[in-house]
Amino acid sequence: MDVTLSAEDLAFREEIRAVFRDEFPEDIRRKREKGVPMEREDLVRFQQWLHEKGWAGVNWPVEYGGTGWTPVQKYIFATEMAEADAPPIVPFGLSMVGPVIYTFGNEEQKKRFLPDILASKVWWCQGYSEPGAGSDLASLKTRADLAGDHYVLNGTKTWTTLGQHADWIFLLARTSTDVARRQEGISFLLVDMKTPGVTVTPIITIEGDHEVNEVHFEDVKVPVENLVGEEGKGWTYGKVLLQHERANIAGVAISKYRLRKLRKQTTKSVRGATPLCEDRNFMRKLAAVEVDLRALEYTELRTLAAVQSGKAPGPESSILKVKGTEVQQAIDTLYLEASGYYALPYVQEQYTLDRDPADWVGEGAETQTSLKYFNYRKASIYGGSNEIQKNIIAKHVLGL
Amino acid sequence: MDFSYNEIQAMLDDSVEKFIANDYDFDTRQKYAASERGFSPEVWQTFAELGWTSVPFSDEDGGFGGGPADLMVLMLRFGKGLVVEPYLANIVLAGGILRRAASNEQKARWLHPIIAGELQSALAYAEPQSRYDIADVRTTASADGDGWVISGSKGVVFNGGNAELLIVSARTAGKQNDEDGITLFAIPADSDGLSIRSYPTVDGQQAAEISLDNVAVDAASVIGEPGKGFAVLDATIDDATLAVCAEAVGIMQIMTDKTVEYSKDRMQFGVPIGSFQALQHRMVDMFTDCEQSYSLLLWATMLTGQGDAGAKRAISSIKYQVGSVGRKVGQEAVQIHGGMGVSWEVDIAHYFKRLTTIDQVFGNADWHLDRLAG
Repeated sequence: MDVTLSAEDLAFREEIRAVFRDEFPEDIRRKREKGVPMEREDLVRFQQWLHEKGWAGVNWPVEYGGTGWTPVQKYIFATEMAEADAPPIVPFGLSMVGPVIYTFGNEEQKKRFLPDILASKVWWCQGYSEPGAGSDLASLKTRADLAGDHYVLNGTKTWTTLGQHADWIFLLARTSTDVARRQEGISFLLVDMKTPGVTVTPIITIEGDHEVNEVHFEDVKVPVENLVGEEGKGWTYGKVLLQHERANIAGVAISKYRLRKLRKQTTKSVRGATPLCEDRNFMRKLAAVEVDLRALEYTELRTLAAVQSGKAPGPESSILKVKGTEVQQAIDTLYLEASGYYALPYVQEQYTLDRDPADWVGEGAETQTSLKYFNYRKASIYGGSNEIQKNIIAKHVLGL
Repeated sequence: MDFSYNEIQAMLDDSVEKFIANDYDFDTRQKYAASERGFSPEVWQTFAELGWTSVPFSDEDGGFGGGPADLMVLMLRFGKGLVVEPYLANIVLAGGILRRAASNEQKARWLHPIIAGELQSALAYAEPQSRYDIADVRTTASADGDGWVISGSKGVVFNGGNAELLIVSARTAGKQNDEDGITLFAIPADSDGLSIRSYPTVDGQQAAEISLDNVAVDAASVIGEPGKGFAVLDATIDDATLAVCAEAVGIMQIMTDKTVEYSKDRMQFGVPIGSFQALQHRMVDMFTDCEQSYSLLLWATMLTGQGDAGAKRAISSIKYQVGSVGRKVGQEAVQIHGGMGVSWEVDIAHYFKRLTTIDQVFGNADWHLDRLAG
């Protein structure tokens, strides 16, 4: 048993840390510091900067332009990225459809799509959930009917995150109803959002932001060459995609950064008031979340160490999504509680680069804590709700 | 980065697992717990012959040269086997004081026989009023010529009734809660003025209330430097805390496994109760709690093994974890076992009792969380 990093890993960490410190785009850093919301252009520019460094395909194999990093190196990278308070990588291209294309796509599709995904030249979004298909995803109704050299797509996808920015969508659609199991007859399609018949309508979420959408397809023609893999096997590919999502799914690095920042913040006295660290009840709750997060960190490291030594991850990996989102939400709750009255003001417009923080309502960005708390209730709902995750663990790990 | 056992740890793990499977089933354990001394002297001899009693001691002390990770391997298995032999009292507590602070002569006299399984010992550190503050010592030792005279009370001394040697913390200077001024004494259990009231504990183990009424000891009975006993005691209690955490994680794991298995066999309404989602999710939570606790245990054990400055906080983290989460796992295991879970004849009930008492010792979940909050 040994938790120390090797000399090579330490050198790797120094290299990553130095680049984030010295070369990270300055205006994005300032926006992050001031709590200014990231726009499409900021996120794209950040990912293109990662691509310039050769770091865009964190989980991709080298032959497709990926980093080829070891699991431990990926962990270090995620940690350094969180410590630099970098924006999160938008997952739909780089973490989701990219791996599906290089694993199941044909040569033509790899050549056509992968370079633009890696360079963040094309924005992807995900079409899984439907108004009538949430946790029961296999009940999806969107149909793709073969008509010569194309499919005709009809249906509605929902909760499509950042779909308003997207150039392309990957989706699951039913290509056959004549099947023994509902999971069969579903296909994985790539659709250009500019195709006639595609419309996007916004859904405003609880905190008042436009983050998710409904995407409607009305007689949309999708060329057959945009089918990934075999027709009717989309469910299998979709599941593989979810496994790729597992890398860093626990969000340990970001949670550690946020929790440490919060603990530091509690020692500050504002306008001569007693600092929050004198509040025993709050500090005990904070300490309990720290313990939970530390346990999660080592559960994730156990998974990484297993993968690193060529073993399959053990059953401990199955709990990462549930526990990771529980910890995230617990941290959001602590931030909310730390803000007191100043969780109330709804003043998002004040967070701009040119406005002096001294003129903000509330200390620092504390009025954003409630919005984040509300928004992140989604974490235990998306990606397969935590209850669905527990069903999966009960069946596949405990054998119930 | 590596979380697997090394070759020696794997052998140790294997040998304890085999011993428990072959020679220490639940009925046997119950028989030993109910016997006159509350454990089996033959089994204790076997522990010594197999080298388990030598694990945390250095080569020079005639030990195995093991660290916290090796001890963790043993304690996880002892937890699963619900072992009642006084390993914690002899090896981790009394042995821990002696290996840290005893002179070579003292080690030859007391530590070597302990390792050989020939001497039963106990560490009397807690007092009726002290709760979890090991510096709260009212027992006094006054200099008397070359020796000392000791008076006071010690409470819930593990293995106290079986011990031939007692190691007692007593105040030689300072006020009731001062860390300075605590001295450790080795006292034969048959000394004049010592009275020992032995009793079983609810978890099937043994403890004693001990009172000392002008017990006279010689200068050679002082272990370590007079007045400087706190640091030795504190480090030893940390070791013991980590050891019972490993025991607790072993218990949590086996209670979860047994509960899942039971739910597959127990039929109600014509189906196994494990098919009910209301129970499935609770068992998934138990499994998650076990995995998280094992992760923390590995972390705390490794930091302690490296002598890391954060080791004390890490030990508090895992003790808080097994206290809080362990209570939940224990209660759920009993609940899902139904009436069987509260039956004396079923092992689950006894695992539950041991898991419950582990939270009561060396600082409970609340006490350790408070330390972490500061």
